[in-house]
Amino acid sequence: MTRTALERQLTEIQEDMLVLANMVESAIERGIQALRNRDVELARQIIADDLKINRKRYDIEEKCLELVATQQPLASDLRTIIAVLYIIVDLERMGDHAEGIAKIALMLADEPPLKPYIDIPRMAQVAIGMLMGSLEAFKARDADRARSICDEDDEVDALYDQVYRELLTYMLQDPRTIQRATHLIWIAHNLERIADRATNICERVVYLVEGKVEELNVSKY
Amino acid sequence: MSGFAYRRRKIASIVVLGLCASSAFAAVGVLALILGFVLVNGISSLNLDFFTHMPTPLGEPGGGVANSIVGSLLIVGIAALLGIPAGVGAGVFLSEYASPRLGNVIRFTADVLTGVPSIVVGVFVYSMIVLKMGHFSALAAGIALAIIMLPIMARSSEEMLKLVPRSHREAALALGITRWRTILSVIIPAARRGLVTGGLLAVARAGGETAPLMFTALGNRFMSLSVTGGPIDALPMRIWRYGIGPYPEWHQQAWAASFVLVMMVFTISLTARLVLTRR
Amino acid sequence: MKTDSQLRPGAPIMSYEMRVESEPQATVSEAEALSEGLVVRDLNAWYGSFQALREISLLVAPKHITAIIGPSGCGKSTLIRCFNRMHEVTPRARVSGQVLLRGEDIYAPGTDPVLVRQRVGMVFQKPNPFPTMSIFDNVAAGLRLNGFLVRRSQVAEAVERSLRQAALWEEVKDKTSRPATELSGGQQQRLCIARALAVEPEVILMDEPCSALDPVATLKIEDLMRELAREYTIVIVTHNMQQAARVSDHTAVMMMAEDRAGEMIEFGPTREVFTYPKDKRTEDYITGRFG
Repeated sequence: MTRTALERQLTEIQEDMLVLANMVESAIERGIQALRNRDVELARQIIADDLKINRKRYDIEEKCLELVATQQPLASDLRTIIAVLYIIVDLERMGDHAEGIAKIALMLADEPPLKPYIDIPRMAQVAIGMLMGSLEAFKARDADRARSICDEDDEVDALYDQVYRELLTYMLQDPRTIQRATHLIWIAHNLERIADRATNICERVVYLVEGKVEELNVSKY
Repeated sequence: MSGFAYRRRKIASIVVLGLCASSAFAAVGVLALILGFVLVNGISSLNLDFFTHMPTPLGEPGGGVANSIVGSLLIVGIAALLGIPAGVGAGVFLSEYASPRLGNVIRFTADVLTGVPSIVVGVFVYSMIVLKMGHFSALAAGIALAIIMLPIMARSSEEMLKLVPRSHREAALALGITRWRTILSVIIPAARRGLVTGGLLAVARAGGETAPLMFTALGNRFMSLSVTGGPIDALPMRIWRYGIGPYPEWHQQAWAASFVLVMMVFTISLTARLVLTRR
Repeated sequence: MKTDSQLRPGAPIMSYEMRVESEPQATVSEAEALSEGLVVRDLNAWYGSFQALREISLLVAPKHITAIIGPSGCGKSTLIRCFNRMHEVTPRARVSGQVLLRGEDIYAPGTDPVLVRQRVGMVFQKPNPFPTMSIFDNVAAGLRLNGFLVRRSQVAEAVERSLRQAALWEEVKDKTSRPATELSGGQQQRLCIARALAVEPEVILMDEPCSALDPVATLKIEDLMRELAREYTIVIVTHNMQQAARVSDHTAVMMMAEDRAGEMIEFGPTREVFTYPKDKRTEDYITGRFG
C-alpha cells in the first residue's frame, strides 16, 4: 500500500520550501545590486517583497501541521517534516536579513559609495552559494555535502573580519565616513548571519539523514 | 420481458411450490391424523380410573393402565440414568480428547449402532442379562433402552459441545485451569441447553420403543416396582397386548393408552424445544 | 498559578525539587531481562510441517511494555502464544528453542504447562468472559477452578482487588452478580484483564486487545496498560502502529520471509524504532510504503 496522499503532500511541501529558498536568494542578490547601483526603487521592492516571504513561510508551516494531523507520519517522513519546519524558520530569518540589507542600501543611496565594493559582494556570493547548496544537500539527502558546506562559513567569517578592519581604518582616518562605514559593517553583519543560518540548515540535513543532531558550526573563538 | 417464457417460468414455479407445500402439509397432516385417530377412538376410556387403576380381569369393564405407566417411567428412568451420563461422556471424549482418526472410528461405530434394529438389541440383552439373571426385569429393559439411547446421546452431545466457541476453552486454559476442570466447569455449563435438549429427545425416542421390551420386560398384569425382581409392564407392551387381543374393551383401552403414550412423547419433545429456545 | 514572589526577577523559574519521571529504559539489559523478565532464545515454531517462526530472539524488560508489530500473517500471535505455552494446544503444533521466565526455561522437559500459564496470563483479541458466569464468578474463576482460594471472604477480597486494578470496580461494584455478558465490549475486556490479574501472574500477554473496541474504550485500556506496567511485565501484539508508539517502551518488528516463516527484523526502544529505524523493511512498514 503506497500512501499517495502522504507522498503528494510531502513532495508539495518540499517544493514549496525550495520556492521559498529561491525567493530569499533573489532578495539577497537584488539587495547587493541595489547597493551597488544605488537603486532606490529596487530597494523598496525588496522591502515590500519580504511580506511575501513571511507569508510563504507560514503557508508551509500550515501545510506541515495539516500533514502531521492527518497522516501521522513516522520515521523518515516524520524527520523530513520536522526538518522542513526548522529550515523554513532559518529561511525566513535570512529573508529578514536581506530586507535589512535593502533598507541600508536605501539609506546609502543618497551619497556616493565610500569605496569600491569588493568584499561585500564576495561575502554575498559565498552566502548565497551556501544557501542554495544546503538546499541541494537536502534534496539529495547528502549529509557529507552538508558538512562540507559548513566549512565555507570560515571564508565568510574571514571576509567579515577583513571588511570590519578595513572600515575601521576608514573611520579612524576620517570621522565623516563613520555613518557610511557603520552602515556597511551592518550589511556585512547581515551577510555573516545569513551564512550562519545556512549552516543551521546543513545541521538539519545531517539530522534528517543520520538521525542525530550534530554541531557543525563550531566557532573558532 | 417476453410474455410467453415469463408465464411458463411462473407456472413451473407455482407447480413446484404446490408440490413442496402439499408434501409439507402431508407430513403435518399425518401427525394430526394419528393424534386425532387416537384421541377420537380412545377418549371414551380416558378417565381418572384409567390412570390410577390396574387392569381388570378378562371380561370385566373398567380398569386402567396404572401399572404400565409406572413401569414405563421406571424403565425409562433406569435407561436415562445409564444412557445419558455414558452418552455425554462419550460426547465429551469425541469433542475434547479424541484424535481425528480415533474420533472417526468411534463416530462411525455410533452411527452403526443407531442403525441396529431395536429388536436385535432386545435379543442381545435377553441373552446377556435376562438368561443370566433367570428372569425378566426392569433393569434389563432399562439396559436395552440405554443401549439404544447411547449413540444418539453421544452424537448430539458431541455436536453441542463442539458448538461452544474455542475462545472459552482458550480463556480457561490461559488462566492455568486444567483440561478436565475446563470441560467440567466451563464447557459443559456453556453447552447445557443443548445437552439437556439432546437428553430429552433421546428419552423421548427410547420411551416409545416396544420390541426390546418384549424380550426384557415381558409385561405384567400387576403393579411391579422392583428393579430386578421380575417382569414389569410398560405402555407399549400393554398397547400391543390389548391391541391384538380379541376384546373390544381391550381395543378401547389400547387406543387410550396409545394416546397417553403419544402425549408423553409429545410433551417431552415440546419441553426440549422450549428449553432450547427460551433459556 | 504563579504567585508574585515567583515572578520576581531573579526568582528560579523551575524548582528542582520537582520529581522527574523516571526515563524509560534506553535499551534492555540482558541481565535484567534474565532475572526479572523474559528472554527468548532461538525460538522456532511449527504447525505440523509449516514453520511459522524462525530463530526469534528477544529480551522483554520487566515492568515495562514491549510491543510486537508487523504485517498480518507474520506470526505475532504465534509468538506470544509461545510465551505461555498456548501454541502447543493446537494439534500438531511444536516449538524449539528457549523461553526463559525469570531465568527458567518454560520449555524445559518436565515443566508443567499449567503452572506456566498461571504465571503468564493472557488477554485475547475478542473479549471472552465465561458466558454462564456472573461478573464475580468470572474474575474468581482462575482462583476457584485452580483451587487457590476457597473461602468466600478471601475470594471476594481478591475479586475486588483485581477489579480495582483493572479500573472496573467503580462501574460494577453494585452488580457483580449480574451475568458478565451484560457489560459493554470495553468493560468486558477489562473484565478479562481483571480475570487474568486475579491469579497474580508475573507477565501479562495481550493479543491485539483493543482491535474489537471503539476508540474511547481503546484509550481507556491503554491508560490501564500503563498503570499495570508499574507492577507487571506486559507484552502486547498490535497491528496499530500508533498504538504501539503511544503505549510501549520497546518495540519488536516482525516480518514474513519468502517461505512465510516469521522473523524478527528489528528490536529496540520505541522512540528509536519509530523515528529512526535501522532496517529498511521496518522503515517501509512503518511509513506505510510496505508492499
